[in-house]
Amino acid sequence: MLNNDFLTRERPMRSSPAGALAVDVAHLHKAYGSTVAVDDVSFSVGAGEIFGVIGPNGAGKTTAVECLSGLRAPDGGTVRVLGLDPQGDRSALHQVVGAQLQEGSLPVRLRIFELVELFASFYPHPAKTDELLEVLGLGPKRRAYYGRLSGGQKQRVAIALALVGSPKVAILDELTTGLDPQARRDTWQLVANIRDRGVTIVLVTHFMDEAEQLCDRVMLVDHGQVLALGTPAMLAERHGGGSRLSFCPSRPFEDPTLTALPEVSELRHEGARVVVKGTGDLLGVVVHALDRAGVEPHNAELTTASLEDAFLRLTSRPKTTQAEEVSR
Amino acid sequence: MSTAVPVRVPRPSTRSLRRLVATETKLAYRVPVGLVLGVVVPVLLLVVFGLSPGFKKPVNPHTAITFMDDYVPVLMALTLALIGLVSLPIPMVMNRERKYLRRLSATPVAPVWLLGAQVAVNLVMAVLAMGTIVGGGVLFFGIKAPGNAGGFALAVILATASLFALGLFIAAVSASPPVAGVLGTVLLYPLLYFAGLWVPRQNMAPALRHIGDFTPLGSAVQAILSSLQGAFPATHALIVMGAWALAFSAAAVRLFRWE
Repeated sequence: MLNNDFLTRERPMRSSPAGALAVDVAHLHKAYGSTVAVDDVSFSVGAGEIFGVIGPNGAGKTTAVECLSGLRAPDGGTVRVLGLDPQGDRSALHQVVGAQLQEGSLPVRLRIFELVELFASFYPHPAKTDELLEVLGLGPKRRAYYGRLSGGQKQRVAIALALVGSPKVAILDELTTGLDPQARRDTWQLVANIRDRGVTIVLVTHFMDEAEQLCDRVMLVDHGQVLALGTPAMLAERHGGGSRLSFCPSRPFEDPTLTALPEVSELRHEGARVVVKGTGDLLGVVVHALDRAGVEPHNAELTTASLEDAFLRLTSRPKTTQAEEVSR
Repeated sequence: MSTAVPVRVPRPSTRSLRRLVATETKLAYRVPVGLVLGVVVPVLLLVVFGLSPGFKKPVNPHTAITFMDDYVPVLMALTLALIGLVSLPIPMVMNRERKYLRRLSATPVAPVWLLGAQVAVNLVMAVLAMGTIVGGGVLFFGIKAPGNAGGFALAVILATASLFALGLFIAAVSASPPVAGVLGTVLLYPLLYFAGLWVPRQNMAPALRHIGDFTPLGSAVQAILSSLQGAFPATHALIVMGAWALAFSAAAVRLFRWE
């Protein structure tokens, strides 16, 4: 039933959105007492983008997106969603922005279609309840009580309620937390379909595979600050620590054949295998250089840096503080 | 922690309000705590008392007032206490705890309208229960119809307002449904005692009866009883109920937390 085309589609490399902006945030600041949750965060989201907000637990992701949906008032900075101020233009904003909150449940003795129809009545141009439930795979469950649903089904109800008002921007906070792998992939497909209908999506997640496969651009946040912003490929490339290529050479060769290449940062011999680390188009340049030296690489294995590598490198605490903590 | 209270509360469409009330009505009979406690129990008590021969006798040889006449206002007070202190606040606290109120504040309909729908549905239940008690009492158990209709209506309105205000106050200050349950119960027993549920007011020690005069249900029973007998309720009883209603609704509005 599902195709996973969206996982392989071409995505442009860019760090700022092209065209019209759906979300524009400048110098956002929010503190709870003396705890700074969001510290000078600026970003923008283009219309029709899937924009990921990633970061460790407690990084300030939820606070940041709650300032977009008007649930929290920023202490400083400006926030515009579709040109509206989420605090000053709340009622206008809520007609065009749908939100799925990280936690929370609904009255257990209401049936799914009753919940969706209740929320539909709040909006001027709601989606058709039956169609929406069908799209979300909840059609057969439309008369089930909310309290009887599985975690994945409840999550899909939350998505239905975020989308029933036909929003232009959907803010989804920890969309697939608690779902099984198949349900997660189905949900990704669903989000991609929603975007294809022109909805801009802001997605909070702490799953790197989700961000990598689904998001056009991601913003990595930690301690309330933006650590990196760009396409998942760009972040992996820039901050993931590069790629690793290992192979068995058809005949011995001088190390400088490869170490002279600007892309190569390290070369090691592990028994019969040669291991090369570096950045950029490592495979291409190494194979080309070997070819010119008359060497064939056999059984080549390439490991490229993932978004997860970038995430771990950027968010890991400084080693000195860890050592201090241990010595105490 | 900042709250999600909107500064301005725009009026939602009639469609939204109708749907909110319809949904809360469904919940009222699917989770029939209020219906059972606030409607079924008092009406059953009316039938049990009404069928007991002792309740048809006059309370003393010098008057025509029967025990039944005396108990109907107490049963009305029981209805108001159970609906106001249990049926009204607990779902509100549950909706805050499950973050449903917060979810609503991310829609064009502010959560205060959900509370409004819940107040409306509970009001309908209270009116139904009190109507059944008075109507049933007059039709089947020989109590006198309200002799002073205006005074009766005023007494019932103020009694309802004071108990609903207390319920909203419980909803405002309770951090969780169990806290609301405990608070409701702690208030329920003394209020019902002073209403005369266990010891009829005229049998109470004068000091206790005077204390009861300053409680909403003590005043309610007194005011409803005299309006049933044809007199306008005593001013102090009306003032006491009005004061409780104002004080606790103001406190509820000030203290209510949306998350």
